[in-house]
Amino acid sequence: MLRLEPRADASRLMRYLSPLIAVALMLIGGLALFAALGKDPLEGFRVYFLNPLRDLYGLSELLLKATPLMLIAMGLSVGFRANVWNIGAEGQFIMGGVAASAIALYFIESDSGWVLTGMVLAGALGGMAWAAIPAFLRTLFNTNEILTSLMLVYIAQLAVSWLVHGPMIDPDGFGFPQSKMFEDSALLPELLGGTRLNAAFPMALTALGLGYVFLQRSFMGFQMRVAGESEPAARYAGFAARRMIWVGFLAGGALAGIAGMAEVAGPMGQLTTHLSNNYGFAAIIVAFIARLNPVGIFFASLLMALLYLGGEQAQQYLGLPSSISNVFQGLLLLCLLGADVLINYRLRWKPAEAG
Amino acid sequence: MDGNIITSILFATVVAGTPLIIVALGELVVEKSGVLNLGAEGMMSVGAIAAFAVTLHSGNLWLGVGAGMLAGVAMALLFAFVALTLLGNQVATGLALSILGVGLAAFIGKPYESEVLQAVPPIRIPFLADIPVIGEALWNQQSLVYFSWILFWAVLWFLFRSRAGLVLRAVGESPSSAHAIGYPVIRIRYLATLFGGAMAGLGGAFLSVFYTPLWVEGMVAGRGWIAVALVVFATWRPLRVLLGAYLFGGVMVSQLFIQGSGLDINMPSQFLSSLPYWATIIVLVMISRNRNLVRLNAPVSLGQPFKPES
Repeated sequence: MLRLEPRADASRLMRYLSPLIAVALMLIGGLALFAALGKDPLEGFRVYFLNPLRDLYGLSELLLKATPLMLIAMGLSVGFRANVWNIGAEGQFIMGGVAASAIALYFIESDSGWVLTGMVLAGALGGMAWAAIPAFLRTLFNTNEILTSLMLVYIAQLAVSWLVHGPMIDPDGFGFPQSKMFEDSALLPELLGGTRLNAAFPMALTALGLGYVFLQRSFMGFQMRVAGESEPAARYAGFAARRMIWVGFLAGGALAGIAGMAEVAGPMGQLTTHLSNNYGFAAIIVAFIARLNPVGIFFASLLMALLYLGGEQAQQYLGLPSSISNVFQGLLLLCLLGADVLINYRLRWKPAEAG
Repeated sequence: MDGNIITSILFATVVAGTPLIIVALGELVVEKSGVLNLGAEGMMSVGAIAAFAVTLHSGNLWLGVGAGMLAGVAMALLFAFVALTLLGNQVATGLALSILGVGLAAFIGKPYESEVLQAVPPIRIPFLADIPVIGEALWNQQSLVYFSWILFWAVLWFLFRSRAGLVLRAVGESPSSAHAIGYPVIRIRYLATLFGGAMAGLGGAFLSVFYTPLWVEGMVAGRGWIAVALVVFATWRPLRVLLGAYLFGGVMVSQLFIQGSGLDINMPSQFLSSLPYWATIIVLVMISRNRNLVRLNAPVSLGQPFKPES
């Protein structure tokens, strides 16, 4: 019988190997899923995982999709380090997009370069404002932040729906629930001609760099790491728990909000009800796979972006709903959490004993 | 407000509260065994689409309901394997289950988005349904509404009057003691988790087969999370789950109150739809303001992994 046997020390190797094991398990699960749906698994694999990468445009789309994931996951990792469970990045993303859209639409006549700057700031502030609610309730009333931040996702979705049906609707849009298209001054400049990749990508890389410095080199980052490893140790050292909750939520909210801004000022070019593609939840998976490490976030975001693009390809060429990408993403996280058992335990084959 | 309006508001409140009762009572039993499964939203979603699809294809309502419960059990089994056998972090595993379940339901449900099921006629209980005002609201209801009341008594009896329930609570309070006396902690937690999955699947089936009755992506709309919050709000007590569920049911049908009041209030529908989520936040704040209220009532080992020394 296969048994789990405790290791004397946690395995460092397995800490880094288990995400790869999880990816392998997810791929096996995916091939099985294709087979179960009556598709040739190898053909499915080719369409899903290789098709999106076959040309420069595909690669630029990969980076485009990875950008919001990098931003959000970096912000979430700051909080997750200190066990601050902000699950509502999806809502903060939406509110950032809404705030940035408000600036874009208010200054729609302006062609000043400050419009974009204002939108980035508004996006960050919108996300932070939405993240401040669970942080406030947690620090003041000790209210579980998982449930409150999640409830605020639903509220944000309804709020954006109200805005694009009402106050922010395009008056010449034949009643479609969407805002006016933004002017060029409110759109992020493109990096490569003929692609949609835009200035948000270097912003995301900058965020990863800053995140690395904050988590690895700053005292506050050190405090948060200690609090995450051992809450009593942090308390004994006199680290301010409330400040960590605030820092965690505001960092998460700011970056999620900027990601929302980048979405409306990038591929969307306007505010609609479906501005988010579940990025806020996918970024949670990115943060876990990456072990909250900025370098890991870069690669995990690319992987998660590939899962999105693969879903679109599967819809186009295999006739499968694009929500298959959410299935892969959820499966990946489950596989990771299962594979993590190997960090503290090893598998041993033991003959079943009698009695 | 005349009697008819009160009756219809009461009727709608009971219907809206029913899936919450079923799911939250299931989650309550799970949490009493020390397991925190945040995957209710995912299990409900998969249960909803499974029940809808099977009912549509077979034409048999109860086959569909059974499929919904089975789907919930299958999802719960996945959770139990990762969180109980492989000792995965329960919060993260539950979250993963929710993401997976919502995605899986959207994936399976795509071809069913334009289908509609026949409405299920309510079951009228003679005499009781003739009571003025409340009779029609309480005793001319769907079968699963009556089931939710039976479930309430069954859970109450099981947890606090039966030997098995005592063992389950012991496992949730102190798994190592329960293990030392010889109770199979992991097996008991598995069974509790699977029961929770069945109830979440049933709650989902109620939504897609009895309540709407159609399938729309995202139709569970956070009810699974609200059910989880309800268990905290109820401080792990079945009666408070029941009352809390009707409270939320009332909030969910708030547009009826406004229509019934005859006042000319013009409110965006999105605002009314957001009320249950605001209400969830507010009740969580109310309950957590008093630190001890949660700490003294939560099962001691809630969310802690347990690995018996073998």
